Amino acid sequence: MSNIIDTLALYMGYPFVRYALVVGILIALCSSLLGVTLVLKRMSFIGDGLSHVAFGAMALGTVLNFTDNMLIILPITTITAVVLLKSSQNAKIKGDAAIAMLSVGALALGYLVLNVFSKSANVSGDVCSTLFGSTSILTLVAFEVKLCIVISIIVIAVFIFFYHKIFAVTFDEDFVKAVGVPANLYNTLIAVIMALIIVLAMNLVGSLLISALIIFPALSAMRIFKSFKGVVICSAVISVFCAVTGILISILASTPVGSTIVCADIIMFLLFSIIGRAKEGV
Amino acid sequence: MALFTCQNVTVGYEGKAVAKNLNFAINSGDYLCIVGENGTGKSTLLKTLCKLKSPMDGNILTGENLKGADVGYLPQQTELQKDFPATVKEIVQSGCLNKMGMRPIYNSTEKKMAKDAMEKLGIDVLAKKCYRELSGGQQQRVLLARAICAAQKVLFLDEPVTGLDPKVTEELYNLIENLNKNGLTVVMVSHDIDAAVKYASHVLHISKNKYFYGTTQEYLSSKAFTLFNNEKGTNCHE
Repeated sequence: MSNIIDTLALYMGYPFVRYALVVGILIALCSSLLGVTLVLKRMSFIGDGLSHVAFGAMALGTVLNFTDNMLIILPITTITAVVLLKSSQNAKIKGDAAIAMLSVGALALGYLVLNVFSKSANVSGDVCSTLFGSTSILTLVAFEVKLCIVISIIVIAVFIFFYHKIFAVTFDEDFVKAVGVPANLYNTLIAVIMALIIVLAMNLVGSLLISALIIFPALSAMRIFKSFKGVVICSAVISVFCAVTGILISILASTPVGSTIVCADIIMFLLFSIIGRAKEGV
Repeated sequence: MALFTCQNVTVGYEGKAVAKNLNFAINSGDYLCIVGENGTGKSTLLKTLCKLKSPMDGNILTGENLKGADVGYLPQQTELQKDFPATVKEIVQSGCLNKMGMRPIYNSTEKKMAKDAMEKLGIDVLAKKCYRELSGGQQQRVLLARAICAAQKVLFLDEPVTGLDPKVTEELYNLIENLNKNGLTVVMVSHDIDAAVKYASHVLHISKNKYFYGTTQEYLSSKAFTLFNNEKGTNCHE
């Protein structure tokens, strides 16, 4: 045991480990907050689709030699999020099909572009690390950490400030519209925040595992808690706990960060499901 | 001027008109029941009046300085809501949303409003209960309480008694009648023509290609009512 603590203390000495923890906690917190809304609005797949779009945008940015990929990933993902949300209301192609199409399309195009145009010697390695986030969280620089902190603060502040509106729009959009509140504005807000979180989370778990970060804590919390507030708070706690545990385990056991965090989330979900069942049985 | 004046209004969905050229007015204090068979556009008309849809043709004029914040709405329940983790209190309070503007939290007036609405509907004891664990009748009361919080002048109800047993239905109708007597204008879509003629002051009966609008007295002696009652006899297995 003291051995483990020594090892951890040693790693904590490195700035990149501290960065990873800070960024991990913030992203876990943000994604879980919004996850509740997305799961309840039956939009969990939008997160998945958007993360693939973000991957495609990243590929484009790499090929076009942008100094900072964020500059291209952020706007493309945000615009897609808004368009997807708007079109799901009155489109000829149904919402889920549109998302699936976009998701697979962006993934394929992104990989194709990288393969054909990339100057990197190890394309599959690059793709693998963007998709599964195997190393990127451990290579963060101070600027990225600051950016992450700023965006996280914005996301959390917006969520708290609009909490009651977000609840109402999630529970019953038609009601909100009918009583004269601009529901579309809040929907757009949710879409923009979602895009921000996804772009952020790409650094941590990679684009393939972002949905897990968004969905699992919310679903776990919903097994036990019965109020919206309870579910939101609980899913935030679960998410942060799993992120910290996952990062620490991945350092100690040299496992990929993203997958380890998701594993922690899965275990938590199973645990909460069992507790939820047991409570119902009583 | 009336609260709502519909001039040659045509409503529909997905580009298809269902109810055409409707002309009627809703005055303050009215209790209007919109009845008719399935697919004739009752709910669509209600959604159009709530501004959830725009009319395909014609004009809907609003009077008496009616704003969105004066309107309450009880929609049909969606699948999504059936397993939603929220307490009764959280849902009822969200009815006050149209009064809070940019303010991030509910003030004491709004909290009291929600509390009063819950008491009025006899669900104050359920305040901390989870919505998905309530019976159908209780859920409908929760949504009605939320609608009351939102409604200053007009209450729109979309088939509020669907799936409720006769006793609960009766109670809900009485509650709505009381609200109307206290000055709230009520517009209700319903399948239940007997209740419509019992409680409503006005009836709008929509059927294919024609409609009837008038007071309940006029409706009882109209062709539309006799026709509908006869049809009901032959189509009761529907």
